[in-house]
Amino acid sequence: MSRTTSGSRLHLPRYLREEDKFRTPVGYADYRSTGLRAPLHAPVDLPHRLTEITGPLLGEGRVTPADADLTRQHDGEPQGQRIIVHGRVLDSDGKPVPHTLVEIWQANAGGRYRHVVDNWPSPLDPNFTGLGRCLTDDRGRYEFTTIKPGAYPWGNHHNAWRPAHIHFSLFGTAFTQRLVTQMYFPDDPLFFQDPIFNAIPEAARPLAISRFDYERTVDNWALAFRWDIVLRGKDQTPFETEDDGDVA
Amino acid sequence: MKTQLRTTPSATVGPYLAIGLTWEDGPFVVAPDADGAIWIRGTVFDGNGDVVPDAMVETWQADPDGRFDHPDDPRGPVAYPGFRGFGRSQTVDGGEYAVCTLKPGRVPDGDGGLQAPHLDVSVFMRGILDRVVTRIYFADEAAANAEDAVLRSLPDDAARETLIATPTDDGYRLDIRLQGDRETVFFAV
Repeated sequence: MSRTTSGSRLHLPRYLREEDKFRTPVGYADYRSTGLRAPLHAPVDLPHRLTEITGPLLGEGRVTPADADLTRQHDGEPQGQRIIVHGRVLDSDGKPVPHTLVEIWQANAGGRYRHVVDNWPSPLDPNFTGLGRCLTDDRGRYEFTTIKPGAYPWGNHHNAWRPAHIHFSLFGTAFTQRLVTQMYFPDDPLFFQDPIFNAIPEAARPLAISRFDYERTVDNWALAFRWDIVLRGKDQTPFETEDDGDVA
Repeated sequence: MKTQLRTTPSATVGPYLAIGLTWEDGPFVVAPDADGAIWIRGTVFDGNGDVVPDAMVETWQADPDGRFDHPDDPRGPVAYPGFRGFGRSQTVDGGEYAVCTLKPGRVPDGDGGLQAPHLDVSVFMRGILDRVVTRIYFADEAAANAEDAVLRSLPDDAARETLIATPTDDGYRLDIRLQGDRETVFFAV
């Protein structure tokens, strides 16, 4: 028995939906695993009600500052090129998304994942797990220190190689904003043959590629790449929020 | 004039999601010894009817009063300490997902009516390039289900059935079918 009352009309925001020509489709024929997994019926429109415009606000207590440095999770340092990966999490209105959980995972420098189903002949690194977490700061900024992941072969087609990438998972503040994606590195020569990269509509592919950030490199220590992540924004705001003066 | 930024395109969670997305407390929307705790379980099936052993199922829901602990719920504070609203379960062990939670209450639809108790569900896995979204409703809420605008918007009872969890000894069960005769209804959010 519910104690809820329907109350009066609620003034709820709606979240903008990106145009199809900029969105990755659920299935993509050249990516063979989609064949038996991508649903075949068109999805039904779900209006944005309270369940969709709210979402888990996770983080405090789940993340320590050490979780953002993937090079210091073991007794020794991992092999590979040390890099800083940083950027901002924004919504499509350009507003920062502060204090939101960012989860990443990746292969080691040789392109091997620490996972039971990855057993291609490239060594594990005893000093690298490949898991990172952080919360964005009050201006939506995130930063990880890690090593540049290697490319790796997979069984999709003959001589198939995944371009180097880092997996990202983000929540934003609403169920509608949930995003799981992959960040690539500039000018990767493997893009042309990768169906997971090429499933992204051409116009949106640049949004999945980080840029080399010389200004943020650290002398005698680390290279740097910058990648901003944009989640869906609201097309109607119930209450004016403060502008923090730092809109991209 | 506001500048509208393009959203970052999604990508598959891939086969190695367990490295990055495993939380020990993931399945526990509430502690299992909480008053009223139930388990919602199910299996994810692919187009061959085979169990998908590498999916992640996430749930988001209201508390038993139909409220969300969130600043955009205009109704104010909530009264279920320790209730996270969010569950995350991977289908690695035998292919079942399972979340331990409280049954949600009815949620206002914003237009003066009430939705039936439900959870919003995101499913991620290797082989799909964006999450797919569905809902879990409850078979023992027939009266509420009958007036739920989302369920009513579906073409027929067969479609509605794919979203309705059935009671079990310790909660409810709903399987997710990615393809086939009884393909789950998925939503565009």
